[in-house]
Amino acid sequence: MPKYVIVGASAAGIGAVEAIREVDPVGTIAVISDEECPQYSRPMISDLVSGKADFGKMMCREHEFWENNNIQALTGRTATSLNLSDKYVTLDKGDHVNFEKLLIATGGKPFVPKIDGSDKDGVFTFTTLSDAENMLSKLEKAESAVVIGAGLIGVSVTEALVKRGLKVTMVELQDKILSLILDPTASEMVENVIRKAGVTIATGQTVKQIVGKPENDKVVSGAVLTSGEQVPCDLVIIAIGVIPRTELVAGTDVKTNRGILVDRSMRTTVQDVYASGDVAEAYDFVFGENRLLPLWPLAQLEGKVAGYNMAGKKADYPGGTAMSALKYFGIPIISIGIANPKDPEEYEILVKHEPERNVYRKSVLKDNVIVGVTLVSAIENAGILFHLMKNGVNVKKFKQELVSEDFCLATLPRSLRRKLYPGEYR
Amino acid sequence: MGCGLCEVYCTVQHSKSKDIIKAYTKENPRPTSRVKLEVHKPVSFAIQCRHCEDAPCVTACLSGAMKKDEETGLVTHDPEKCIGCWTCIMVCPYGAIKRDSSGKVVSKCDLCAELEIPACVANCPNGALVYKEVKP
Repeated sequence: MPKYVIVGASAAGIGAVEAIREVDPVGTIAVISDEECPQYSRPMISDLVSGKADFGKMMCREHEFWENNNIQALTGRTATSLNLSDKYVTLDKGDHVNFEKLLIATGGKPFVPKIDGSDKDGVFTFTTLSDAENMLSKLEKAESAVVIGAGLIGVSVTEALVKRGLKVTMVELQDKILSLILDPTASEMVENVIRKAGVTIATGQTVKQIVGKPENDKVVSGAVLTSGEQVPCDLVIIAIGVIPRTELVAGTDVKTNRGILVDRSMRTTVQDVYASGDVAEAYDFVFGENRLLPLWPLAQLEGKVAGYNMAGKKADYPGGTAMSALKYFGIPIISIGIANPKDPEEYEILVKHEPERNVYRKSVLKDNVIVGVTLVSAIENAGILFHLMKNGVNVKKFKQELVSEDFCLATLPRSLRRKLYPGEYR
Repeated sequence: MGCGLCEVYCTVQHSKSKDIIKAYTKENPRPTSRVKLEVHKPVSFAIQCRHCEDAPCVTACLSGAMKKDEETGLVTHDPEKCIGCWTCIMVCPYGAIKRDSSGKVVSKCDLCAELEIPACVANCPNGALVYKEVKP
């Protein structure tokens, strides 16, 4: 029987495999994934659609990754239920896989609200390789698309479709695009380049109905917005967000909130059962509590921490926060933590904005500790700000320099550098 | 003393011609220096990739371009795999990863794989840069 069983083989599953193998080169590992070739980069599916990357480039690990790590790869298989007292996973064909340690890394699935007509041909979600492949198969004949949701997925699919020559209308319920990760100023900077690329942005609205063609009602021909306007289109992409795929633990003792609850070692409420990635609610160091943060780099890190602990090497998840690096339409953007505090009077906000150069740098401080960073165009050295945030450093002495484009390690007082980077002073 | 020769020699070493004049006058875009001179008077020093034992850029990389070489300990970057998503820039605590001058991928220190001693160290006139192996 496999010592370790991992359900899900995207970022968190891969991170766990690598961590386990670092500690335990021989313990048997079985990985279950409903995808045939799961070791690809999900954030890159938009690059596949745009034509920027082929499948080979999307592989974030080598083709022989499972063989090379001596993994029993149960790919193209679905885990259907868990028996946690007898410690086994049941698969789609009724067969069982026993485990000593289990990792649930099933990820997220697209949230699809009830929209009249959402079952029509030409309506897509956009999170997996098969979503991207299905969309690619329709692109040749498509001229226009409506994207519902202007978050990370919505904007990236919009960019990909624009590069393919489609006329895109982006529909967003909030007043601004990317409103969860950008403040209105930064959001507008992105909106400007997106509009310049020919995209229509309809904010404060959503799609209430997807209509079919007069000659064939099953095929999409347009979307009706809440304003009543009907936008003709060949494709509709629903990109409102993802929700955790927690079905597998339903009815077990594994406790869930919106996602699976885990401690700092990524353990669930059941012994020997771990969870990581988009399915789990892991620690956010800015908010000081656990919450859903469906982001690739965090999933990989959480998986790694789970893997170490499963293999017997004690490791604590340092915590993550909302953090995104973006390259939409050629403008580099980094957003970490709180972009736009709801009660601004409780925070100190430092800003440098040079519209003519498209440069924007903002730091949000609470009691002289950085809790939010937004950088547009001038993104270099973002990691130093992130390091200060993560370590809760008091930045009072040099806070005016945080938003300067010259901010660098040398800006930090020597005593702080010694403390934060002890390896440099050996 | 902040002379900046480390950046010059890094640029030359990563140029096509490996010639200082041609690298600076003929190559367009000019190759990116992977070492960064930081000046905040009176302090100045050169920063390049620390090839971290537990490298945040490797764990965060979306495309698998950033890897830790288990044998050499080097953190390697494959520009063919890189998609220029800038996630590594967001997580590098040293600020040692830059956007390449092409603007399409990142660029960082490779410890001058072809040289016995990295160009920045070999050409530092003041002995400020030292190349030695330390146990993690």
